[in-house]
Amino acid sequence: MIAALRKELLLQWRTRAQFLAVFVFGATALLLFSFAIGPNAADLRKFSAGFLWLGLLLSSTLTLSESFHAEMENRAMEGLLLLPADPRVLYYGKAIANWLQLMVLGIALVPVMVVLYDAGTTKIPMLLVVIALGAAGLSAPGTLYAAMTAQVRSKQTLLPLLLFPLIVPALLASVKATSLLILGDPMGSLGSWLTLLGAFDAIYWALCGLLYGRVVEE
Amino acid sequence: MLEIANNRFPRTPYYLMGIGVVLLLVGSYYGLFVAPPERYMGEVQRIMYVHVPTAWNALLAITFAFVCAIAFLMRSDFKWDARMEAAIEVGVLLAFLLCVQGAIWAKPTWGVWWDWDPRLTTTAVLLFAFLGILALRRFVDDPVKRGIWSAVATIIAYVDVPIVYFSVRWWNSLHQLQSSPDTVSSQFHLPLRVNAFGVLFLMTGFIMLRARLASLRHVSEVAPPPMLAEEAGEMA
Repeated sequence: MIAALRKELLLQWRTRAQFLAVFVFGATALLLFSFAIGPNAADLRKFSAGFLWLGLLLSSTLTLSESFHAEMENRAMEGLLLLPADPRVLYYGKAIANWLQLMVLGIALVPVMVVLYDAGTTKIPMLLVVIALGAAGLSAPGTLYAAMTAQVRSKQTLLPLLLFPLIVPALLASVKATSLLILGDPMGSLGSWLTLLGAFDAIYWALCGLLYGRVVEE
Repeated sequence: MLEIANNRFPRTPYYLMGIGVVLLLVGSYYGLFVAPPERYMGEVQRIMYVHVPTAWNALLAITFAFVCAIAFLMRSDFKWDARMEAAIEVGVLLAFLLCVQGAIWAKPTWGVWWDWDPRLTTTAVLLFAFLGILALRRFVDDPVKRGIWSAVATIIAYVDVPIVYFSVRWWNSLHQLQSSPDTVSSQFHLPLRVNAFGVLFLMTGFIMLRARLASLRHVSEVAPPPMLAEEAGEMA
């Protein structure tokens, strides 16, 4: 597992230009969202959490579909499956690597959000927890679906089509939790949203790992 | 070979669909002309006699698809793949009808076409999730991969349904309290139940026919090209 994770991280490090491009894409999306609302600062601040997560979600489809790019070249996937290792190890290696990358992307997009929408918060550690949990919710099913769609025609369309309806609860909880951090939390409901997010993560990290072996088998 | 497959279930789906249509006619007649109008919602409420049966059966179809997906992953028998495809298609159709009926009912009752009510939102999410799976099936050419992947996607999407429901309920209850339609009083039971069975029979017939179609297509997909088949026949 460590070796699988190491391979993925090395791969990501070698393609860091790709990461930068995805970040620019996400930042551009954040810039464009504000045009949908108009330059009203209060409105922008109110919707900032939603914009942040939509930006991250749109960027994540690029990251996720790209994450199987190397495996599809020269039939490297078959080579990996021939290794005397459980395919689940490969899945968790890739899912954790994707999770870390999405987390870094999310953290990198926060300053963009703060500057554009004036949506600062003092609860930085809590925000990091929310981003970590939300990115985990995107990464677990996203990695599984990317493994499928990477081998299919028109994968760019199919991945969001499968992933977006599925992660509605995670998106909802992440947006709500982030929004509570930015706008204040008078009813103290942040904990329940984090619980929901944690439950979603637990279910899908377990379920997708279980099913991954069937997806990649020949 | 095709004839054999055709004759194996000769008429059952047609009988079921016939019973379903008759039941739907009886139930709808009763619901439209015999049952009294509801006190607050008036005549609009009569759409419930098709709406509620559609909801129950849509959920039933999707649940059946989930069962088929598990059975296919465990047994690798393409009979289950065919049934899953049929159940997803019929379930998606029912979920779409459900959203449309809901919108028709909501406009005069709530004054809007759409409301972020948990049931409504969950149905929409379910509709899109399973539409995505149908799209996935279209794009995969290898029948084995198509079966396994769509079974995996079906399991993942089905597990999501209750999570979506509860998260939306939570999310919306923080904004506003939605008055849910009251439980149905005894006068309204009969047309509702008759129609529920009507849709059930019709749906079962559709699923059986569609599953047979999927099996036949699978047979023709994995069959050797005609030239090879002839040669094999000559050799035998």
